[in-house]
Amino acid sequence: MPIILACTDGSTYALSIYQHAAWAAHRLGAGVEVLHVLDHRRERASGVDLSGSIGFDASEQLTQELVRLEEAQGRVQRLKGAAILEDARRQFAAAGVADITATQRHGTLVETLEELEPRCELVVIGKRGEQAGLARGHLGGNLQRVIRTAVRPVLVASRAFTPIEQLLIAYDGGPSVAQAIDFAVASPLLRGVSCHLLRAGGRDEKADALQEQAAARLREAGYVVTSHRLPGEPETVIADAVKREGIQLLVMGAYGHSPIRHLVLGSTTTTMVRTCQVPVLMFR
Amino acid sequence: MFTKDIGKEWFSNVRGDLLAGIVVAMALIPEAIAFSIIAGVDPKVGLYASFCIAVLTAVFGGRPGMISAATAATALLMVTLVREHGLQYLLAATVLTGVLQVIAGAARIGGIMRFVSRSVMTGFVNSLAILIFMAQLPEFKGAGVTVYAMVAAGLAIIYLLPRLTKAVPSPLVAIIVLTAVSMVWKLDVRTVGDLGELPSTLPVFLWPQVPLSLATLWIILPYSLGIAAVGLLESLLTAQIVDDMTDTPSDKNRECTGQGIANFVSGLFGGMAGCAMIGQSVINVKSGGRGRLSSLTAGVVLLLLLVLFNQWVRQIPMPALVAVMIMVSIGTFSWASFKNLRVHPKSTNLVMIATVVVVVWTHNLALGVGVGVLLSALFFARKVAQVIRVRGELDAATETRTYLVQGQVFFASAPDFLAAFDFKEAVAKVRIDVSHAHFWDLTAVGALDKVVLKFRREGAEVEVIGLNEASATLVDRLALHDKPGALDRMLEH
Repeated sequence: MPIILACTDGSTYALSIYQHAAWAAHRLGAGVEVLHVLDHRRERASGVDLSGSIGFDASEQLTQELVRLEEAQGRVQRLKGAAILEDARRQFAAAGVADITATQRHGTLVETLEELEPRCELVVIGKRGEQAGLARGHLGGNLQRVIRTAVRPVLVASRAFTPIEQLLIAYDGGPSVAQAIDFAVASPLLRGVSCHLLRAGGRDEKADALQEQAAARLREAGYVVTSHRLPGEPETVIADAVKREGIQLLVMGAYGHSPIRHLVLGSTTTTMVRTCQVPVLMFR
Repeated sequence: MFTKDIGKEWFSNVRGDLLAGIVVAMALIPEAIAFSIIAGVDPKVGLYASFCIAVLTAVFGGRPGMISAATAATALLMVTLVREHGLQYLLAATVLTGVLQVIAGAARIGGIMRFVSRSVMTGFVNSLAILIFMAQLPEFKGAGVTVYAMVAAGLAIIYLLPRLTKAVPSPLVAIIVLTAVSMVWKLDVRTVGDLGELPSTLPVFLWPQVPLSLATLWIILPYSLGIAAVGLLESLLTAQIVDDMTDTPSDKNRECTGQGIANFVSGLFGGMAGCAMIGQSVINVKSGGRGRLSSLTAGVVLLLLLVLFNQWVRQIPMPALVAVMIMVSIGTFSWASFKNLRVHPKSTNLVMIATVVVVVWTHNLALGVGVGVLLSALFFARKVAQVIRVRGELDAATETRTYLVQGQVFFASAPDFLAAFDFKEAVAKVRIDVSHAHFWDLTAVGALDKVVLKFRREGAEVEVIGLNEASATLVDRLALHDKPGALDRMLEH
């Protein structure tokens, strides 16, 4: 049985993550593994003492003190995580998912996903986690890292789940979006959803031909496809189209940028995930 | 991957790293000055070194949150070189040290620490603490009451102030108070300014002024080798301590390379060789430093302070530095090892004490660790040698004695192995079952040979069975008894 990996941290997005995962599970006839990662953020200091003096057995004393501090925090986090998973289990059971596994692991989300991803079909994650506040308008830092390292398709859940009837594929002719088309053709996840194939940018015969090919493949697989091109920057054109057409799911390839450019400018991918208020299914 | 780590290692603890870096810089100044005195060079050599090394290991090191700078361990090895050949040769030796350490990193020597047992490590930190303390003693020679009083006052501030507030570094307060006192009352004590030149500018690039010849190489190479070895030892040991304190992993080979790059550049900018510092790294973690930014901050703040407050730094009285160094020495020493002497096995204690004695005697940490590692290996061999058992069973009907050998047969257990056979017994057949034994070396193989040949000479028929894979390959390649004319060849020896 295929497995859908739902990553939760109990934040405001959790419920929506469960609903998205349940939707996908029904579509794929899959089981769900709910993952809660206990990231202890050891790279961040817990206690601070600026006295700068060291006494008898300084390193042992300090180690013991840090262990004491982190032990208490660790226990609280673990119990909190268990409660979150218990809630998730209830939600999935209520949504009619039969095969539910709850997994709790220590480490960072990215590390853990690298470990668990191979055994799942699809990863579901929220647009923001508990660390990133809604008001700040930017994405959870984890999300960007997950998208950059994921090998499976990632479904990025928006704040609330709405039944998916229309989807939009942000077509750029790249290899990642080609994967998205392959997936749509092969997988039952999106079957029956009417499909917009949109390319942002100028006239380009080669790209037009490729897009027509993609549209033809989708139609062959039984999709109702509207294929079009609009001039402009992908970020704005696609966000506008999503709003205008009342789209419920954006499908796109993660844009491959160099890490340096990413560090300075951020990527088109993350801009779109941020500005479009709908869930995003991401391929690499 | 790379950016993920950059973000995590540099910017995930910005506030903590900046604050801790400043606290560390305050403690680095007295240390760098003190270690320059040990090496016999101007304070600016140690201070430039501390700046270069702290900044470069922040970038290239393998252990975020660890502090490296000019250290006592390396300074002690430079004394003779500086005295006999001067500063320029020290700078050349520092550059060469860097090259050697980069090679060590490329050769992935980081894993070698597994051979340094815990007792050797304890011996290492204890002897380091003793050496740091001993280096302070000349300041007391012929000193008056003032010096003793000032050191005592300094220590009192360092250890008592944290009980009132943990918001300011108490060593800094001690230095400021003692400096103010000595300036206001114009006390007759030596100050940092009396020791030699302090940095007044940023360090400048300068190729060491030594003849580029083989003769130079032969002069500096022994020193560079020693410094490189000790530097890596202390760095890897400190990295391990920081790993344990913060519960995070580190890249030991990258640390070796990072230390190498840092020393290489330090030598070219007029600095001496250094390595990671246990005391400073503990202070850094204690102050909330976790990321690479903390070490970078420490280096930059150190140099800024010196360049901006040059006139004040030279007024710092030596007793203030001595007090800080005594604190470092106390913080580095493993006091629990005293208590453990009663609990730990004798061999373990012996390894630790031997390490300390050799280091304090030779002032060379590498020698002490070498002796410690050697001793622990010997003790280990002796212990494992006890893991051997030979059991004999006699089948009276066929006059066959079967020996069942279990355990590890090697040079240390070979005598026990030999002694377990009864050669006086008159039997027709001897069967030696070694299927549960391991033959590790030539001595073991030789011992088995000897047993077989001895029984053969008594007229018994000998059969060795169950030589397991490992032993079999060893025996096949080396042994005599299963080849024609074995007895004759054995007799020739």
